[in-house]
Amino acid sequence: MQQTKARKPFPTHVLVFLAPAVIIYSLFMVVPLLNSLRLSFYETGPQNQLTFVGLDNYINLFTNVNFAPRFWGALGNNIVFFLVHMLVQNPIALLLAALLATGGRGRGFYRSTLFMPTILSVVIIGFIWNLILSPLWGVAETMLSWVGLEQLFKPWLGLESTALVTVSLISVWQFVGIPMILFYAALIGIPEELTEAARVDGASGWSTFWRIKFPLILPTVGIVGILTYVGNFNAFDLIYTIKGANAGPEYSTDIMGTFFYRTYFGQQLQLGNPSMGATVAAMMFLIILVGVLIYLFTWQRRIQSYEL
Amino acid sequence: MRKNTLFVLFLAFALLLASCGGGEEATPVETAAPVEEAAPVEEAAPSGEKVQLVIESWRNDDLKIWEDKIIPAFEAKYPNIDVVFSPSAPAEYNGVLNTKLEGGTAGDLITCRPFDASLSLFDQGYLAPITDLPGMENFSDVAKSAWITDDGATVFCVPMASVIHGFFYNKTIFDELGLQEPTTREEFFAVLDKIKEDGKYTPIVMGTADLWESATMGFQNIGPMYWKGEEGRKALIAGTAKYSDEPYVQTWQELADWGAYLPDGKEAVKYPDAQSLFTLGKGAIYPTGSWEIPVFEEQSEFELGIFPPYLPNAGDTCYISDHTDIALGMNAATAHPDEAKLFLEWVASPEFATIYANSLPGFFSLSNQPVELTDPLAKEFLSWRETCEETIRNSYQILSRGEPNLENELWRVSAAVMNGTLTPEQAAEEIQAGLDSWYTPAQ
Repeated sequence: MQQTKARKPFPTHVLVFLAPAVIIYSLFMVVPLLNSLRLSFYETGPQNQLTFVGLDNYINLFTNVNFAPRFWGALGNNIVFFLVHMLVQNPIALLLAALLATGGRGRGFYRSTLFMPTILSVVIIGFIWNLILSPLWGVAETMLSWVGLEQLFKPWLGLESTALVTVSLISVWQFVGIPMILFYAALIGIPEELTEAARVDGASGWSTFWRIKFPLILPTVGIVGILTYVGNFNAFDLIYTIKGANAGPEYSTDIMGTFFYRTYFGQQLQLGNPSMGATVAAMMFLIILVGVLIYLFTWQRRIQSYEL
Repeated sequence: MRKNTLFVLFLAFALLLASCGGGEEATPVETAAPVEEAAPVEEAAPSGEKVQLVIESWRNDDLKIWEDKIIPAFEAKYPNIDVVFSPSAPAEYNGVLNTKLEGGTAGDLITCRPFDASLSLFDQGYLAPITDLPGMENFSDVAKSAWITDDGATVFCVPMASVIHGFFYNKTIFDELGLQEPTTREEFFAVLDKIKEDGKYTPIVMGTADLWESATMGFQNIGPMYWKGEEGRKALIAGTAKYSDEPYVQTWQELADWGAYLPDGKEAVKYPDAQSLFTLGKGAIYPTGSWEIPVFEEQSEFELGIFPPYLPNAGDTCYISDHTDIALGMNAATAHPDEAKLFLEWVASPEFATIYANSLPGFFSLSNQPVELTDPLAKEFLSWRETCEETIRNSYQILSRGEPNLENELWRVSAAVMNGTLTPEQAAEEIQAGLDSWYTPAQ
């Protein structure tokens, strides 16, 4: 009897506090997302009328001679785009963060300068890099000639073999500040006593970093990884600015975002196809969802966070 | 107290449900026929009250001309109507316009792309029919062909202008090197070789980075000479000719031959880069169309010359691409249909044709009414209509309706042919295979 009396009443106030976030999030995120997923099971007729077609759009996307090569091509390019970020952007960000965390003069200056491209408009980034790499009046060729390497210069943004890596590196240049700041914040959060103790025990700077600091910032490494993944598979604007929605030459810079844009909105004489576009969007959602789930179950669960 | 919380909670859920419902309704694709809700029921504003008309357009280059010349001329006649020209970027126009129309926020007057893009807007009920608009008798069937239903019964846009393809050249460079305007293929390449030999200037100014230049300013520019203009274009639609036929392979072969005369790093040279290279006097010949006149006249400090697409052999018939490019229609959902119609009537009048053609030299009126041009280059472009047969770009009518989209494919392969990464034969094969995959010509 005593026990039943002590049972807490249902905490209605919690629901009230949750309501604003739930309502806004549902209204602007969940409902449109579900609606877009729903649209991918329909076909758009000439008068915009919708007919239910089940999984036909998906089958088309994977097998149709017009869609399948574009889809797999965009997915492959997107994976390259992501790998360049993981292998170039994040290690550089870690290095820069480690250098910044060691202190020294001019730290504030470098911290702001390295972060600067991130806050610039993507249109400006695209314009600047188009100019720098322009074979007509770009400074890239001139700068190479200072060290006698001008024969190495190529119109990198225009060649099928190099265009994708070039735009990926431009994107790396733009966004390196974000993982850098995250790593930096994690590194300066490590208490002095730990590193001091290591130093007293005779550990070198190198092993202090890899044996003590790096394991302590592993949660941040995971977060940076997943942020990079989500950001890269949602990317669109930089490629659209530099190469246009046709992502030339020969679709060599086509990623999921540009493929979606072309399919949904159409092009010069190509009319947009909302339901096929929604199918591409659903695939993007699925790819990101799978990535995030893998991260949650294989990384975040195993990683230990230390209370410092 | 407790009662209160429950009430708040209930209210919150009610709101949530309502918002979900709202979200559903807001999805524009669901409504089957926008025509019904778009019915122009509102009365025209009573006289004395100012009515505002908004024009949607992709011609952001022309903003100044509309604001300084065209709109004031209209407003002088109709002081009660206030017209606003509201352009968006050319590459985004179709997407932006569709979204605005679906959301019901588009302007009263819609600038029409030729053929299917506008036909689809009409079929969806976004554009109003204007077949009986006074002034439409000023336009020939060819002029109206880009904005008419397939059965030829209903017209939905007032034709405004066409553009003519050709070549610009730098007269100073031609004089310096002692060159003449080439008229045949042989002469053209002889001129290119001389410029290349001299080494100071880029022979042909064009890049392939934006893809469309190669197709629009290359393939559609010189191609009509090979496929014999309208004859070849109609044969493609009828299915009696194929893109893998000799004339098309030859056209791509021409583009491949141009490749050696383009600027270094042509793969990364964009359209504005090429324009600047030419207007800075660093290049000799610029293949393009008449729409370039205002830009080049303003920016270049040397004397400009033009010559029509060269003949494959001396004595061949000359064909030019005189492409119906731009028209103006009325948003079916406009709140001011009467005023919008007044504006369209005025657009169909010779008065508008004269103002338009002279403020935008290079955009030629499609009206039958005689228009006096003042710009010498525009006059010269227009004179080719008398010496050459006219045609329009061959991918625009009907053939770009399916997947893969013919126009996009032409951009892609033409750029690849100029870059040397695709042979003319491969390009022809790929285009025809793409077309065959969905197009069955009416027999």
